Amino acid sequence: MGLLDDTAVELGKKIKSGEVTVKEAVMACLDQIKKAESTIHAYVTIDREGALKKAEEVQKKIDEGKLTGPLAGVPVAIKDNMCIAGMRTTCSSKILDNFIPTYTAEAVKNLEEAGAVILGKTNMDEFAMGSTTETSAYGVTRNPWDPEHVPGGSSGGSCAAVAAGECFYALGSDTGGSIRQPSSFCGVTGIKPTYGTVSRYGLIAYGSSLDQIGPVGKDVTDCATILEVIASHDKKDSTSLDRTDCDFTSALVKDVKDMKIGIPRDYLGEGLDPEVKEAVLAAAKVLEEAGAVVEKFDLSLVDYAIPAYYTIAAAEASSNLERFDGVKYGYRAKEYEGLHNMYKKSRSEGFGPEVKRRIMLGSFVLSSGYYDAYYLKALRTKALIKQAFDKAFATYDVILGPAAPTTAPKLGESLGDPLKMYLGDIYTISCNLAGLPGMTVPCGIDSKGLPIGVQLLGDCFQEKKIIRAAYTYEQSRQEKIICPDMSEVLEKAVE
Amino acid sequence: MAKQYETVIGLEVHVELATKTKIFCGCSTAFGGAPNTHTCPVCTGMPGSLPVLNKQVVEYALAVGLATNCEINQYCKFDRKNYFYPDNPQNYQISQLYLPICHDGKVEIETTAGKKYVGIHEIHMEEDAGKLVHDEWEDCSLVDYNRSGVPLIEIVSEPDMRSAEEVIAYLDKLRLIIQYLGASDCKLQEGSMRADVNLSVREVGAEKFGTRTEMKNINSFKAIARAIEGERARQIELLEMGKPVIQETRRWDDNKEYSYAMRSKEDAQDYRYFPDPDLVPVIISDEWIDRVKAVQPELRTEKLERYKKEFDIPDYDAEILTSSKHMADIFEAATAICKKPKKVSNWLMVETLRLLKEKGQDPEDIMFSPEHLAELVELTEEGTINSSVAKEVFEKIFEEDVDPAVYVEEHGLKTVNDEGALRSTIEEIVAANPQSVADYKGGKQKAIGFLVGQTMKAMKGKADPASVNKILKEILDA
Repeated sequence: MGLLDDTAVELGKKIKSGEVTVKEAVMACLDQIKKAESTIHAYVTIDREGALKKAEEVQKKIDEGKLTGPLAGVPVAIKDNMCIAGMRTTCSSKILDNFIPTYTAEAVKNLEEAGAVILGKTNMDEFAMGSTTETSAYGVTRNPWDPEHVPGGSSGGSCAAVAAGECFYALGSDTGGSIRQPSSFCGVTGIKPTYGTVSRYGLIAYGSSLDQIGPVGKDVTDCATILEVIASHDKKDSTSLDRTDCDFTSALVKDVKDMKIGIPRDYLGEGLDPEVKEAVLAAAKVLEEAGAVVEKFDLSLVDYAIPAYYTIAAAEASSNLERFDGVKYGYRAKEYEGLHNMYKKSRSEGFGPEVKRRIMLGSFVLSSGYYDAYYLKALRTKALIKQAFDKAFATYDVILGPAAPTTAPKLGESLGDPLKMYLGDIYTISCNLAGLPGMTVPCGIDSKGLPIGVQLLGDCFQEKKIIRAAYTYEQSRQEKIICPDMSEVLEKAVE
Repeated sequence: MAKQYETVIGLEVHVELATKTKIFCGCSTAFGGAPNTHTCPVCTGMPGSLPVLNKQVVEYALAVGLATNCEINQYCKFDRKNYFYPDNPQNYQISQLYLPICHDGKVEIETTAGKKYVGIHEIHMEEDAGKLVHDEWEDCSLVDYNRSGVPLIEIVSEPDMRSAEEVIAYLDKLRLIIQYLGASDCKLQEGSMRADVNLSVREVGAEKFGTRTEMKNINSFKAIARAIEGERARQIELLEMGKPVIQETRRWDDNKEYSYAMRSKEDAQDYRYFPDPDLVPVIISDEWIDRVKAVQPELRTEKLERYKKEFDIPDYDAEILTSSKHMADIFEAATAICKKPKKVSNWLMVETLRLLKEKGQDPEDIMFSPEHLAELVELTEEGTINSSVAKEVFEKIFEEDVDPAVYVEEHGLKTVNDEGALRSTIEEIVAANPQSVADYKGGKQKAIGFLVGQTMKAMKGKADPASVNKILKEILDA
């Protein structure tokens, strides 16, 4: 593949030195997109002209010495729930089919200022609700490792695009594992930072108290570099934090000798695929051999995370999605009689079944008479889960475990049984409930040839610890885990 | 014997705060403006936009809460009230349900029945909605989001009022407190103060409250009084007929003097309130409260007492002057310049109120400067102009805020003090009106009035009436 084998940071260096032009990098991605998209379908919108135009502008600024950052000129893909002025933003929903924002999400703006070239918007589960990218109104995204399988979700498009070389890195968002789980399924690296680290301004909300934007990249160095660029204190987001410790690349150090790593026994029990378990424990072994103390412990309350999460996220979503009513923007039913019929038909036709399911669930748990029994109880559970993590982090620097119980399932396997699909989020959602940073790093390949990811969780504001552990693991590992060459995958898909 | 009924009334008063920008974005709150020009992604509910609280809203709410003797929730939160309507771009209103900023306050009111306290249940902050415009011609509805996100406080009273008079006294008290704090201009007609009336009736001596109804958005004190009388009569009539009062929201039609049911409790909406996850809790420190207290201006009651002591004006004048913060400010500023409180008060109490009434305006609409009023008082006191000229000049001040000295100069309105010129004019008048002179000499004292009038007319009003009288008498009695 040549150029496409480079990581974002490697490419950035080559662009800086003049070895590669921005246009060449963009063209490499566009060619790969042309080749792979008919099978993979990682994108909802591809902005070929915009990217080429931007490539020239950025090249000029690099040549003039105005852009010197590590990501200047590196092509990126953005999950379709982040607004970009002038670029269609759909959240993979029919209801926003024609929506073109007039403003740009703060995280994307930070990237643009660093000289990123945006290739387009990536596919996702509709409004980020789903774990497979199959709930998109614009068709499924397929896993670049094996197109018979899903890429995970909801940031499935972003993770698949990175794995397939259709971009050098991507932004995803993570409400209950939506960066970490598809990163695991696609064999890429992804970080969900501490809640409040990256501005949510311009991110179309799913569960506001849980949503965070984060990077998806080819390795730990890329992710740390991207996170350093997108993290910022934003006065437009009341929940944005004013952090002074966002020099994440300073943690790219191969040293875990002072670290204590805990593996929750609760994360290794029933439901975990034996191959995944083996790969995750092997990763822990690598860190142990690198000098970390690794222990198993009881985290507790793990079983309560899923009901608490689906109550809170659905409640917030039911309210967040009220604005999509056909009045101001987005889809409006063709024929209707009166206001209420217009609301009803526009929303019934505009939203897909998974979104409707969560709106109904959320409306129910907030309705009078049920609020205390469900929503308030879920909030209390959330607080208890945070306490359980506080206790764990009093002992351990990093918590290590799987990112998902299995590797990527086949297309169509999960959607039929939503409860089973929800249970697949068991290892990722506690992190959002507690506001913690978490990341997924590839750690193996199963017998079906699908990648496995190991998840590292840190205490709030301790991104550097998990980045250091992840970097140490990545650098100490024997063989690299790289997505097969697309030509082979595509040939196989044709057969 | 017919049953005796007691009316029980509680009010929900919405007050639009006088901030320059909206509650959750930087858009202007200015009135008017072409539709949807004072808007941004936040106040039009665009996807991905987020609210950020305007601190000034908290300051105003805090000031009103402290001035109404409320307890302050030093940890307060915003909640979402979910309901679908196109004037509400997000389809939820950001308000406060679970932890409102102020609670358990009271204000003292005075009516013909004496003084009493009205309890304040709570005060909460919230955002206003946009405005729907129904276009009959195109047969469609349009929406203007200029008002969307304008900050409001809602002051919820306890059901402590028993008559329309008490309700008016309570509303007037709130209006004065809030105007004095500068937190709002509180104009009922323009909607910057709006009241919903909760009313029930019960037999005198009954312990339990009757079933209440709510009447929405009544826009004048008079209409409120009429709505209360009308609703009280309607409920008593129902009870007398043995029919139940239904808990419902009613709309008062002030033209027909009758209220109509809008929606009953059965179809009341479930607003699915929950804490807004986009906003962080508001933490109000002791220091913040102290700071707001420290800058709290003198309120009406204190000002009234001070006027009675400090200025040599009748108590009645002090009451009227302080009934509008704006008028009181003009009074004090003008008095500080000319040192003639009684004269300044007279201009405000008589001419100003007369002109306001003529134009259907409130004291808040006074637009002249206190400097010009003070100057007018001085010109009159010095005898530079006489009182009838002064009245004419005052009307100009009232309407255009003219500088009286300049106006008098330009229009040649100075009193003529040249006695020789005056005497010769009077001699001409006397010569030209032999009949009146004869009448006067025949004992008709009134005839002199006619001669004075003729003289003033000839002098174009610029003569000093006292001098005219004096000279006339000298000539006639000679």
